Amino acid sequence: MNTRKILANSYIWILLILLYAPMVIIAIFSFTEAKVLGNWTGFSTRLYENLLSGGVSSGLIQAIKNTLIIGIISAVLATILGGISAIGIHHMIGRKKRVINFCNSIPMLNPDIITGISLFLLFVALGVTQGYTTVVLAHVTFCTPYVILSVMPKLKQMNDGIYEAALDLGATPAIALRKVILPQIRPGLISGFILSFTLSIDDFAVTLFTKGNEGLETLSTFIYADARKGGLTPELRPLMTIIFVVVLVLLIGINLFTHKQKEKQ
Amino acid sequence: MRLFRRSAWALPYSIFLMIFVVAPMIIVALYAFGFREGHFTLQHFVKFCQTPEDYRTFVYSIEIAIITTVFCLLIGYPAAWIMANSKLHRSKVTVLLFILPMWINMLIRTLATVALFDFVHAPLGESALIFGMVYNFLPFMIYPIYNVLLKMDPSYSEAAQDLGASPWKVFWKVTVPLSFPGIMSGILMVFMPTISTFAVAELLTMNKIKLFGTTIQENINSGMWNYGAALAMIMLLIIGITMLFSKENDETEKGGLL
Repeated sequence: MNTRKILANSYIWILLILLYAPMVIIAIFSFTEAKVLGNWTGFSTRLYENLLSGGVSSGLIQAIKNTLIIGIISAVLATILGGISAIGIHHMIGRKKRVINFCNSIPMLNPDIITGISLFLLFVALGVTQGYTTVVLAHVTFCTPYVILSVMPKLKQMNDGIYEAALDLGATPAIALRKVILPQIRPGLISGFILSFTLSIDDFAVTLFTKGNEGLETLSTFIYADARKGGLTPELRPLMTIIFVVVLVLLIGINLFTHKQKEKQ
Repeated sequence: MRLFRRSAWALPYSIFLMIFVVAPMIIVALYAFGFREGHFTLQHFVKFCQTPEDYRTFVYSIEIAIITTVFCLLIGYPAAWIMANSKLHRSKVTVLLFILPMWINMLIRTLATVALFDFVHAPLGESALIFGMVYNFLPFMIYPIYNVLLKMDPSYSEAAQDLGASPWKVFWKVTVPLSFPGIMSGILMVFMPTISTFAVAELLTMNKIKLFGTTIQENINSGMWNYGAALAMIMLLIIGITMLFSKENDETEKGGLL
């Protein structure tokens, strides 16, 4: 161990400690009952019990449910739409392909707030009442490009001849899709699904603009409204801790998964 | 069998894109230029120039975005360089640890930062705003730079060293220029979200400071759709200009968030 190495490593670790300090503080103070963060009134799991038993405001529980339902529906729809479209785009050529690729990249490049406003104005123009459906449509809009992005490389690795061969040997296109193409692109679909789910439950700006004013709240819009009222509901601390741990586990899972996939090749 | 031509499978999505991506953008432009009222007008853009509060917020947001980007670069580059240098640092886990926070909800991260400031009894204000922004976007700077540095052929810097360059000179004349694509995409990935955030600034400063994203949101929420759309167009213009700057290095890794 020379000094340079020690210096370099301490720099990295100090940065990491700083980066994680806020979440760690939230996690520590989720185990005490004090209303104001920073007051330690003894160890207690009361906040967790309140949260899990639904003893908190019903709004929060409903918001969590909404977040998960919207997340799952959007991720499923985006994965199906993205998977089918990726196969289509893969076989397109020339200008058409460039145009669709360009349009596909718009939701990824656009700031959330612009996506949100533009969809809001679209729904207003169409005269649609905003609520669950509009939020799901909006989430599918910004999730699908990421599914396509993660399926594309798998299609590029695939030998096109296999599909043709299956057809020549008498398989219907549906069977060929299920037995030949699907197994090849499955890893891409899985990571696309997880990515979509994460993006959906994480979204704030787009949801805020498309949720309408009939009281639909997801977790982020709930937290936003709560924080604006001044002072966080203490039960949000265990909730944030849980989210943090879940995201941590999910991401480590994805990384191990993709790592294994790479090793297989 | 034309239906089964696989290129036709993208047709539903093409229609979807037209309705939910292309049409909304056109509608924003229609509102901004007043076509919804039936005639072309620039009055909503003129209004922006005549409302000091709004253009000051706009300029201030750009300042904050630049400051945040510079801080992220100054703090992030050494970190990326150290992690990419196997002589100094071996663990791959630390890279993952830097990327993880990118996936935590921005509001949650922001509120956690507010909690940290409360905890150490630091005042919430401009410094809290910049700290929170840097804290939120630092991983977006580190990751692309790290990626480029990792793929860089070490023989270049070794050659420079063999030819008598000091380590300092090797760093500035070889490493930094070669990692330029990573720097550009890091700047892009920090600057663009910083300029377009809203809600974050209010939470970090107890509503004392407002950024441009909030101005847009407030106008849309209070029914000033034309003006809000015009402001959105101005934001898009800034984003477009930023992207043009980085257009030259196309080989930059894109979408490699994980």
